[in-house]
Amino acid sequence: MRQIHLAAQLPGIHNVTVWSDPRSESQIAIDSFVRLARTVERGKFDFFFLAEGLRLREHKGQVYDLDIAGRPENLTVLSALAAVTTHLGLAATVNATYNEPYEVARRFATLDHLSGGRAAWNVVTSHDAFTGENFRRGGFLTEADRYSRAAEFLSVARVLWDSWAADDLRADAASGVFARAGAGRFAHRGRHFDIAGRFTTPPGPQGHPVIIQSGESDAGREFAASEAEVVFSKHNRLDAARDFYRDVKRRLATYGRSPDDLLILPTANAVVADTDAEAAAYADEIARDLVSPQTAIAHLEAVWGRDLSAYDPDGPLPGVEPQDDAHFLKGHSVFRRDRAATARQWRGLAAERGLSIRELVIEVGGRPTFVGSPRTVADAIDHFVQTEGADGFVLVPHLTPGGLDDVVDRVVPLLQEKGSFRADYTGTTLRNHLRPHSGTTRRAVNEQKASPA
Amino acid sequence: MTDTPLHLAVALDGAGWHPAAWRAAGARPGELLSAAYWAGLVAEAERGLLDYVTFEDALGLQSAALHRPDDRTDQVRGSLDAVLLAAHLAPLTTRIGLVPTTNVTHTEPFHVGTGIATLDHASAGRAGWRPQISSRAADAGHFGRRATPQLTDDDLTGPESIAARLSPLFAEGAEVVEAVRRLWDSWEDDAEIRDVATGRFLDRDKVHHIDFRGTHFSVKGPSITPRSPQGAPPVVSLAHASVPYRFAALSSDVVHLTPHDRAGTSEVLAEVGAAVESTGRDVRERPLLRFADLLVLLDEEPGAAGRRRARLDESAGTGLASDAAIFTGTPGDLADLLLDWRDAGLDGFRLRPAVLPHDLTAITRGLVPELQRRGAFRTAYGATTLRGHLGLARPAGRYASTG
Repeated sequence: MRQIHLAAQLPGIHNVTVWSDPRSESQIAIDSFVRLARTVERGKFDFFFLAEGLRLREHKGQVYDLDIAGRPENLTVLSALAAVTTHLGLAATVNATYNEPYEVARRFATLDHLSGGRAAWNVVTSHDAFTGENFRRGGFLTEADRYSRAAEFLSVARVLWDSWAADDLRADAASGVFARAGAGRFAHRGRHFDIAGRFTTPPGPQGHPVIIQSGESDAGREFAASEAEVVFSKHNRLDAARDFYRDVKRRLATYGRSPDDLLILPTANAVVADTDAEAAAYADEIARDLVSPQTAIAHLEAVWGRDLSAYDPDGPLPGVEPQDDAHFLKGHSVFRRDRAATARQWRGLAAERGLSIRELVIEVGGRPTFVGSPRTVADAIDHFVQTEGADGFVLVPHLTPGGLDDVVDRVVPLLQEKGSFRADYTGTTLRNHLRPHSGTTRRAVNEQKASPA
Repeated sequence: MTDTPLHLAVALDGAGWHPAAWRAAGARPGELLSAAYWAGLVAEAERGLLDYVTFEDALGLQSAALHRPDDRTDQVRGSLDAVLLAAHLAPLTTRIGLVPTTNVTHTEPFHVGTGIATLDHASAGRAGWRPQISSRAADAGHFGRRATPQLTDDDLTGPESIAARLSPLFAEGAEVVEAVRRLWDSWEDDAEIRDVATGRFLDRDKVHHIDFRGTHFSVKGPSITPRSPQGAPPVVSLAHASVPYRFAALSSDVVHLTPHDRAGTSEVLAEVGAAVESTGRDVRERPLLRFADLLVLLDEEPGAAGRRRARLDESAGTGLASDAAIFTGTPGDLADLLLDWRDAGLDGFRLRPAVLPHDLTAITRGLVPELQRRGAFRTAYGATTLRGHLGLARPAGRYASTG
């Protein structure tokens, strides 16, 4: 039986979180992070994930005010969570565009030490000048440079993690040798980075942290197949998910890797209630809460690229044509697509179903991946994994911080009963949770060859 | 009862501040990168009711030389990122201030600002920040984006020549602190409104672009992190010369100084006072606390600390040297010295334990009770935030709407 892997994300921001619900608590207080992390550790999840924030979204030249906003620096929070959890993996997105390998490598090595081998890095690149305005580095990368920078960034990080060999740190009081001469020495010269010197931080228990990738493009899939141990995907509908799954797994052989070396985890949400009918009703309620009348207009404006504040959210879609003005919902990746085509598609859908503006935005916002009783949801998750749509999921709750209580308390036990989800952790490192039958430590190939077997 | 109680901080670094500390009895040199080691030290410091602990850091491997890397194998090498280490210790402590060092020459101000604000959220208001410039030009090679001034052997003859060579980095560092302070203020305290009636989570008039434009970089803002419990975590800096005195006068809430006796304390304080005056800072509005740094070896038995120091020096193969004054003696004698120097106008001290945990424990269990007996140190924490311990009010944000 194929084993399911589960991760949790505290989204904190954006329009997946219902902030108007009275049960919705702070998205920034450390207690919210502690509460969710402890919940999912009780549920034996593989890891807890935090995305990164580099610029608040803006709409019509002002900070976008309709969604939950404001979040912490993710590695700082994860380092605190390492102190109040014992097994849960701790994963963070860190951008390769607005950082330098030396700092990122030492921060992940630090988290790996502090957590006893539970660190993971979701390697992403950005390419917009809007975000760059917050950074010394500024500027942006062309689309073509994104993966070459990310790939070189990661390979430099691996050089840094390998710059201390396993026995370089001696701490031998008798002989008076603390560290081997030359420990941490490195040099790299490439297209994006030309650096050399001494690295500060011997590797943590995992050697290299677990590497996560989340690109959809062909280059992104290839990068995942060559380098990553987990890939995040948007494909949480079974047919599309299977296609993606097959395509990415197929690419692994090229790099001498087996299908188990890379886990594919789509982002998903689950709405659980006592009965299927109650869950469906709750899912409708969430959808309405997520798209207030004001949100509906703002999302329409983002696609239309023009001010539509005069339109009635409960009325029909506007007759005016979209224009190409990026002034709307800046920093929101969802709306970086062909405006005219999207508008045509939305008009067609609204006409066909007789939808108002708000109903349409609710409709195109998509439905939760899993909706139903605990049994229904457990069966659906299990079926998805057993039929090779995914290796598991990153579950994103609608409520902070209690939004995964039902999954942990009511769905996970059913998966454990089926035998497709661990009853308890069998190791202490994240790499061990992901691949229980492989080793904990990853080091560079050349070092493995160099060291005696 | 003496007039003003002292503030006391401890500087944690590796196995301690003596280069041979890692070889001392009781040292745990193989555990310097483990969470448990640091958790034990900070718990001990908190037991001693100390104002804060600082964590050293640098974007280069430790070196015995201030100005360049070395190839020594007989001293502690290897370190953790100090902000992440401090964050890890936050849930394991409840009162003590946590003050990590970060580099301000190579890091992104935006990342530093959100990191320290997050530490303040994670510790419920106990974060501080020690910005530090790169004194080793070789560190720039770790980034490959710029060159920084190279200190020469001649420069090392005195703190003024060191600071003069590095003065462009101090100027840039002051810009980093300014940008970070603006980011900390960019969300007003009541920016989050959760107004269901209008569908607004934020009051966007209370979240501000900072539009920082310095000589070296610019940052648009706002921060991604809402204003933290302390509003602005205290900024502390170490200063040995006129350029860093000016940096402290512009940027810091606490300045760590390195006088070597009481007369020197008065002189240094006069120089800091002149720097404050030259910047036009009103210290009634924005106090600048003045601490002296001391490297300490402490034993209850008279003479024992001196014998221990001799053994450590022998292990190291050279006598202990430091930028700060070195005190070797009993906790009682140290209490005498601290109160004497305090009377020259200091607000407190940051003690650098020569050996961990030995000299830390001597501070918390020897020095602190001694000061308490003399009415010169708190007998319980009276506040829950670092600003509270230091007697610093929580500042209003600079963008806060008036009236």
